[in-house]
Amino acid sequence: MKKLINDVANVLAESLDGFAAAHADLVQLGEERKFIRRKSLKAGKVALISGGGSGHEPLHGGFVGHGMLDAACPGQVFTSPTPDQMIAAAEAVDQGSGILFIVKNYEGDLMNFEMAKEMAGRDIETVITNDDVAVEDSLYTTGRRGVAGTLVVEKIVGAAAEAGQDLQSLKSLGEKVNKRSRSMGIALTSCTVPAAGKPTFSLGEDEMEMGVGIHGEPGRRRVKLMPADAIAEEMIVAILADLEAAKSDQVLLFVNGFGGTPAMELYLMYHAAAGALARRGVKVARSLVGSYVTSLDMAGCSLTVTALDEEMTAFWDAPVHTPGLRWGM
Amino acid sequence: MKPDLGRLLEGVAARIIAQAEELTALDSAIGDADHGLNMKRGFEAVLADKANILAKPLPEALKAVGMTLVMKVGGASGPLYGTLFLTLGKELPEDPTLADLARALTAAVEAIKARGKADFDNKTMLDVLGPVARHLSDGTATFASVRALAHERAEATVPMKAIKGRASFLGERSIGHMDPGARSSELMITTLCDELEACA
Repeated sequence: MKKLINDVANVLAESLDGFAAAHADLVQLGEERKFIRRKSLKAGKVALISGGGSGHEPLHGGFVGHGMLDAACPGQVFTSPTPDQMIAAAEAVDQGSGILFIVKNYEGDLMNFEMAKEMAGRDIETVITNDDVAVEDSLYTTGRRGVAGTLVVEKIVGAAAEAGQDLQSLKSLGEKVNKRSRSMGIALTSCTVPAAGKPTFSLGEDEMEMGVGIHGEPGRRRVKLMPADAIAEEMIVAILADLEAAKSDQVLLFVNGFGGTPAMELYLMYHAAAGALARRGVKVARSLVGSYVTSLDMAGCSLTVTALDEEMTAFWDAPVHTPGLRWGM
Repeated sequence: MKPDLGRLLEGVAARIIAQAEELTALDSAIGDADHGLNMKRGFEAVLADKANILAKPLPEALKAVGMTLVMKVGGASGPLYGTLFLTLGKELPEDPTLADLARALTAAVEAIKARGKADFDNKTMLDVLGPVARHLSDGTATFASVRALAHERAEATVPMKAIKGRASFLGERSIGHMDPGARSSELMITTLCDELEACA
């Protein structure tokens, strides 16, 4: 393992301290680093809290600020945060209008957020994201994983909360955005969890994992590396097959890097994916390209397609000012 | 000799910490490679709070262990093992009999099922804890038979296809690997048997 660290045990703490110091104009670190909160809260607004394992930066802490989250709870690397973190975050950012938890569909996250909800004694609703089409949603699995589409949910619901929508409306909106967002990822290399010290899985020089998750979990199958156009084609076919509304709608195309893939390749993939959509008569109305929902140092990317409507487009375009995402202000 | 809670706690914690790498290795095969690390962190926190925990009567001490695991372990294991100890604390009297233990473990198994929305044969810790709870209730349990059963049921998760947890994403590919949660449950049960037998 070759990483920029001091002591494996302090990776998360030192990274969070650096993050809070670098973005001191926007965020503050809670006591015992339990959460990252928005520096200036908006009175009367529904509070948005997310969180999850670390290693996906800038998700979620990087999306705390105007127009997105009020707080984010960082767990250990790839490990859910614990209920005390969400309870402390709720205490810090609750404005009396209710709290919306945005939780990716992993059992650890679900259970820890559920225990926090039971123990916090506050008005809390939850939106669960599960946009990954690589995994079958059936009785025989935990269900689909929440991946890069979570950013789209946080952005759109965050803008609606900023505009003053109430808790129930935000929950419905979050569920709508999740339902209209579909993602799929591929990996070219494994990630290495600092505390484990070695790659989570191994891929041959000429292999890729089709349908990889954001923790390096295997997906649909391991295949021979293909040209970028063929990879994008397969991903778009899988996504559109699952996104019935897409054909008639304008879409957001989000190409997300997993941490170890250069922007040059991500733009190449954007070109390939936009072409695959165009050939099917799907118009890309909004785009986002960059490494936003990462898997430490994994090489690879995911594609997310969100079927936009007028309301969602307006909230996507609304001003946002966070460490990880900023436009319009 | 009356079982010493301090000794039981230290024994279980030491065993989990010693086997952390094995648990993490099992988890990297079918999960996300953090089970051993997380359990180690949780039981180190339990050991750090040992004086405080042991000052309490058994039910309250078990609840304190459960709460420490919930707050320190994270992942799915934190709420699930936390629920195990919290339920045992709620169900056990200060000076439990074997019948009390059987009833409390049965209640804990039900609580874990509800928390994890899981069932037996899903390739989880329940596949060890459930059969052990049933065996404790059937009147034939000995230290040796409980140990053997815990080991056998953990091994029996190897050919199972995972239906809950991250391993479920693997589908058929989860077959052929032992469930890390089943293994950590086996380790706890066999260590408890060892320590209780030494006290007997």
